[in-house]
Amino acid sequence: MTATTTSARSDLSELGRSETALRTFLHGLPGVDQVGAEQRAAQLGTRSIKTTAKAQAIDLAIRMVDLTTLEGADTPGKVRALAAKALRPDPADPSCPHVGAVCVYPAMVPYVAEVLRGSGVHLASVATAFPSGQAPLEVKLADTRAAVEAGADEIDMVINRGAFLAGRYQEVYDEIVAIKEACGSADGGRQGRPAAHLKVILETGELATYDNVRRASWLAMLAGGDFIKTSTGKVPVAATLPVTLVMLEAVRDFRAATGRQVGVKPAGGIKTTKDAIRYLVMVNETVGADWLDPDWFRFGASSLLNDLLMQRTKLTTGVYSGPDYFTLD
Amino acid sequence: MSERVAVRKTYKLFIGGKFPRSESGRSYLVQDANVSLASRKDARDAVVAARAAVKGWAGATAYNRGQILYRVAEMLEGRREQFVALGVPADEVDAATDRWVWYAGWSDKLPQVYGGANPVAGPYFNLSAPEPTGVVAVVAPEQPALLGLVSVIAPAIVTGNTVVVAASPSAPLAAVTLAEVLATSDLPGGVVNILTGKITETAPALAAHMDVNAIDLTGVTEAELAADLEVKAAQNLKRVLRPAPADHDWTADPGITRMTTLLETKTVWHPKGV
Repeated sequence: MTATTTSARSDLSELGRSETALRTFLHGLPGVDQVGAEQRAAQLGTRSIKTTAKAQAIDLAIRMVDLTTLEGADTPGKVRALAAKALRPDPADPSCPHVGAVCVYPAMVPYVAEVLRGSGVHLASVATAFPSGQAPLEVKLADTRAAVEAGADEIDMVINRGAFLAGRYQEVYDEIVAIKEACGSADGGRQGRPAAHLKVILETGELATYDNVRRASWLAMLAGGDFIKTSTGKVPVAATLPVTLVMLEAVRDFRAATGRQVGVKPAGGIKTTKDAIRYLVMVNETVGADWLDPDWFRFGASSLLNDLLMQRTKLTTGVYSGPDYFTLD
Repeated sequence: MSERVAVRKTYKLFIGGKFPRSESGRSYLVQDANVSLASRKDARDAVVAARAAVKGWAGATAYNRGQILYRVAEMLEGRREQFVALGVPADEVDAATDRWVWYAGWSDKLPQVYGGANPVAGPYFNLSAPEPTGVVAVVAPEQPALLGLVSVIAPAIVTGNTVVVAASPSAPLAAVTLAEVLATSDLPGGVVNILTGKITETAPALAAHMDVNAIDLTGVTEAELAADLEVKAAQNLKRVLRPAPADHDWTADPGITRMTTLLETKTVWHPKGV
């Protein structure tokens, strides 16, 4: 695949200073070959991963799951139960690893934090008027600070798609920079802890073209995002293999250009072990083993975990398991 | 003018209302036809399809299930000649059609016969109602190919269960043709799933499957295999129907045991005003 041609490192950090420079750079990115990307993604999806490789892939995928509940009906009891499941996904098997993180709304963060404290499982919270992102900047900043102060160490923000699609890249850029600032500088709230990781949700289902996905990916990385994430899970088209491929190419090229590694998180619509393994194959083939780690690749999912656990049980016991033996959320 | 080339038929599996080939790509030659040789993964896929169909089928009214089963009998009657051409004796086809009708009639009567009010020593209405157990794995008898198959499928589904059937390995054409009857009978996809191939390959996977609620071993002829399957089934306390004796008379009145074995009883205590 073509590597993006980029200017020298120093130039990239200057881009955020003017709308013109940003636009020139983002529109100067090579276009995505739509047919090529879709065919490549489809081809990688045909790999057969079996036995010990499958067992490894399943355990890795479990460690990469951001166990998510983002419902209006979430209650403290429900998110506590979810957090307990994150710590011990399969209570019957102590060798089962814990998941990567739990992802909830800001109001639910304190309840999850109680359960997860000291466990190594991260606590992600969506912020910035999730899922639409249509709120004034002050509201988004307050939303972010509240989540961080309550104990979230990862923030999933949504970009302002309205501004992005209208071509106001500077506005989107400045907003990400401001949120990134809020992740680390909530006064006193962090109590010496490192700044919260910022995941930038592009909502690719609303970006319409792969070219836009590539531009949004670069924009998010230039502005300082630690992760780029496909979707909120709240619009009909969520994560797809080709979109994730475009984003993986973007993080690969970004590291080549700047030396900074950025993570990728496909979210929404990934329900089966087969899907998850297809993504892992694509990560390995596109960006290499450096990204095959929960610090650099995550799955935003809820029902995926149960399927992973069922497949894991099949591999350890030799018997097909059923949904009756795993919790619903 | 060139001579017309006959359309040759491939006999495939019946899973989730569709006719896929075996996931393994294998087939075997039997009754002068190529028939899919199902693998344990086909069995797994069939269980997933059967599980997905439980909610709708068990939730349908008994009257509606009876109507659909009667519709199956109508379709079977219409294909009488086709079954005869496959080597099924005409009187067996008639007996199989009559059996569908007989079982169809039970759909709204079994709860009355098998459930009811219980006398209890307290101020309660106490009612027991039979409910379907869920997904049933069935090993169909080798012979009679059609009547035997109908006699194991109909009692399982009339009460609201869904089934995964391992068809007779030596006479699978009647089973695949019955699948075509079922596919055109308003029966929701996944209620009946039919696997052709070796019993020794599909039955152990079904017997051990944790998402199967009952297993009917009627067609298992080897005592050792039957015992092994029953041990596997015990893992999650599946309900088990034991193998039929070799001299079982399939034309005789079947009774209601086949239906009642595949049911769970729900009992409700309702406080009574004093």
